[in-house]
Amino acid sequence: MTPLVQLARPRRAAGPMVACTINGQPVEVEQGTTILAAAKTIGVRVPTLCLLETLTPVNACRLCVVEVKGARVLAPACARAVEACMEIATDSPRVHLTRKLVLEMLASSVDLSAAPDLVALLDEYGARPGRFGPKAPAAPAGARHAAIAGHHEPPDVRYAATVAEPPTVDNELYVRDYAKCVLCYKCVEACGTDHQNTFAIAVAGRGFDAHISTELAVPLPDSACVYCGNCIAVCPTGALVGRREYDLRAEGNWHPEAQSATDTICPYCGVGCTLTLHVQDGEIVKATSPMDNTITMGNLCLKGRFGWRFVQSTEGR
Amino acid sequence: MFGAGGGTSSYREVEDADVVFLWGSNAREAHPIWFHHLLKGIRHHGTRLYVMDPRRTTSAQWADRWLGLRVGSDIALANAMAREIIHAGLAHRDFIARATEGFEAYAGAVESYTLEWAEPVTGIPADVIREAAHAFAKADRAMICWTLGITEHHNAVENVLALINLCLLCGHVGRWGSGANPLRGQNNVQGGGDMGAIPNKLPGFQDIELDFGARERFAKAWGTPISPKAGWNLTQMFHAMERGALSALYVIGENPAQSDADAHRIGDLLDGLEHLVVQEIFLTKTAQYADVVLPAAATWCEGDGTVTNSERRVQRVKAAVKPPAGARDELHIIADLARRLGRDWGTPTGESVWNEFRALAPHFAGGMSYARLEALGGIQWPCPDESHPGTTFLHGRLWEEPRGGKAAPFSVVHHDPPWEARDPQFPFLLTTGRRLESYNTGVQSSGYPSPLHRGETLDISPEDAAKLGIGDGDLVRVTSRRGSVEVPARIDRALRANLVFMTLHFPDDVATNLLTIDVADPRSGTAEFKACAVRVEPAFAPHPVGA
Repeated sequence: MTPLVQLARPRRAAGPMVACTINGQPVEVEQGTTILAAAKTIGVRVPTLCLLETLTPVNACRLCVVEVKGARVLAPACARAVEACMEIATDSPRVHLTRKLVLEMLASSVDLSAAPDLVALLDEYGARPGRFGPKAPAAPAGARHAAIAGHHEPPDVRYAATVAEPPTVDNELYVRDYAKCVLCYKCVEACGTDHQNTFAIAVAGRGFDAHISTELAVPLPDSACVYCGNCIAVCPTGALVGRREYDLRAEGNWHPEAQSATDTICPYCGVGCTLTLHVQDGEIVKATSPMDNTITMGNLCLKGRFGWRFVQSTEGR
Repeated sequence: MFGAGGGTSSYREVEDADVVFLWGSNAREAHPIWFHHLLKGIRHHGTRLYVMDPRRTTSAQWADRWLGLRVGSDIALANAMAREIIHAGLAHRDFIARATEGFEAYAGAVESYTLEWAEPVTGIPADVIREAAHAFAKADRAMICWTLGITEHHNAVENVLALINLCLLCGHVGRWGSGANPLRGQNNVQGGGDMGAIPNKLPGFQDIELDFGARERFAKAWGTPISPKAGWNLTQMFHAMERGALSALYVIGENPAQSDADAHRIGDLLDGLEHLVVQEIFLTKTAQYADVVLPAAATWCEGDGTVTNSERRVQRVKAAVKPPAGARDELHIIADLARRLGRDWGTPTGESVWNEFRALAPHFAGGMSYARLEALGGIQWPCPDESHPGTTFLHGRLWEEPRGGKAAPFSVVHHDPPWEARDPQFPFLLTTGRRLESYNTGVQSSGYPSPLHRGETLDISPEDAAKLGIGDGDLVRVTSRRGSVEVPARIDRALRANLVFMTLHFPDDVATNLLTIDVADPRSGTAEFKACAVRVEPAFAPHPVGA
């Protein structure tokens, strides 16, 4: 029984192989493979922040930089493809110093209290963010969003500049706490061409004034946002959180270590998205979907992400 | 189709399709995560999207072409495309000859559907019909996906057959990225069918009237003879209530008092029953009619079992939280009922029921143990044995040499407009549908505070609103031959003149189904929710002219 035509999924022909060395070890990978992926094949870990496997690399954070022999500047391992005969060092003194400085500048300007992975990296690289001085006080609400691109006040040298500002609570479903934002662009990517294609948010402003914003900084309910929360799913620092998590954190009652996570299927339409229900004290406090799920790639719509409250309704049940 | 009760393709395949017809579906709002896969195709693969929908929906906004056909002219459009494909020499002659039957009758039947005839009937310019037909026929891989815009009509099954005809005509079936796919509206519509919740099927799509072997197997397993007689579908049950042939009803997780067409009539019929039992997670409108209410756990997060999605993937649901006091596992309720009726089924679990199903439908699900479902993240049926990986797309057999199994039949179907047409007394056509943030009758979706919730509205075109002198938010009275409701108007540029739109999401505030008509497809039992004639009048003192 021979099929007459190609029935199966079309496969891309394998490309030519290229050889390089990583930390002195020879590696051969298919052309187009990133340095990061090549390093992974021999078990070399390179730290990342703005990279997520389900999103296109934006190489914004500079944490994954590596040294390529003969190159003037360090290369982002997440986006730079391996070329023939490259000699790559993933942890040279120059690389180490650069990563340490990146981490120090992030930690001195951003609230990383909900980003334990980053805090662990600070320790690993011996970063001392305190050396830039005490953190500047938070900007009044809306001030950073109103800053005019290209206008800069002279910095107050007594303080380390920060992105601190009060959390934006403008709807019942999720909170934007931009004092915790490291500008990794993941939320913009997830809202845009990589998944949701809603384009409700983008990076506004320039230099240190750069920040995530809706169009013309309008409140979320006036923006294009459809509350899928796919931005929350990819946020690595807790800058974007569901309302229930935000409230529980504010009360000091958010205990991830005491939560169970159960995979089930969303009760709404027939697509069949896997919902991971995070339960604390018998109450569903958050819904996510696994990043490696072939149906969702970690994405949900607003019914899946927020529409489960009916099972906890006190009225009528 | 062709003997299998499910869509042909996997979601992932739509990313590799060259042309997609999204027909009678607003998947951007009703199936948002499936639409992500389509968007990947559109944005990263160059997939061309054609959307056939009377409304210019948020899905249509992503289309290369929006074919804003008249409500209920789907067969006219499909047959006109077929005639064009045949006359342009684009039909897949090889595939037709070796894998199908009934082509000559079909070609003869569509012969009168010229583009010139179709243009005024469908409202779509002839050259646009031609372009879409050629794009579909010439594509290497093309797919038709549909939803309730096809199936909520009095000729639902014929609508579906018209689309399948197009796939057969061009050989777009049985290959990766080519196929015919209904997107299911509820998380277990497919699974309900799999498990035999279809009046003429035993579990595993085994025909109760025609399949003697299957009846024998079930009779042996269940220790009771199986009557070779199909049951009633929902619509037939209501007809049976009307003539007194059905006097007791047991409703599990359905809200017909609000979800069914012509709600006045449904209410009277439920009221007239001798005995009504409703098993529900909330005290719904239907439960309020009941003599006995059985409070149930919400199985998707408080119980254990499986559901099947629109790509035929059987997936596990698991308990994450405990049900509220008094609410019981649905299986335990049913087993207790059986015990009272004299049958001891012990204490069934989701897994024990599933294993019984696997044993009785081995070709279908024999390879899907709970352990494998868990390990593989769900399995797409059919999956006959424990070494089988599941089936990404169906009907590859049609391309095998020699052909595997029976030929796929063309079906002769003809244009048959909606039951109710517009007339001077009821000059608008009302069509119904879904919105992103809500779901069906709102039993589940009214429980969370979405900023997108805006309550029920009558969506109306700017032209009609101007003609009637109504503005955004003005209260209007909408009247059909069956009932009348008051609802705020919302001016929507997605609508053409003479067409108005409502949802079914807020039946406690606005009972849209007082208006809808209960003519139903005789085979599927689905009512024509997509078309009824209405009158729209301002329910306020009209604005003075010129003010």
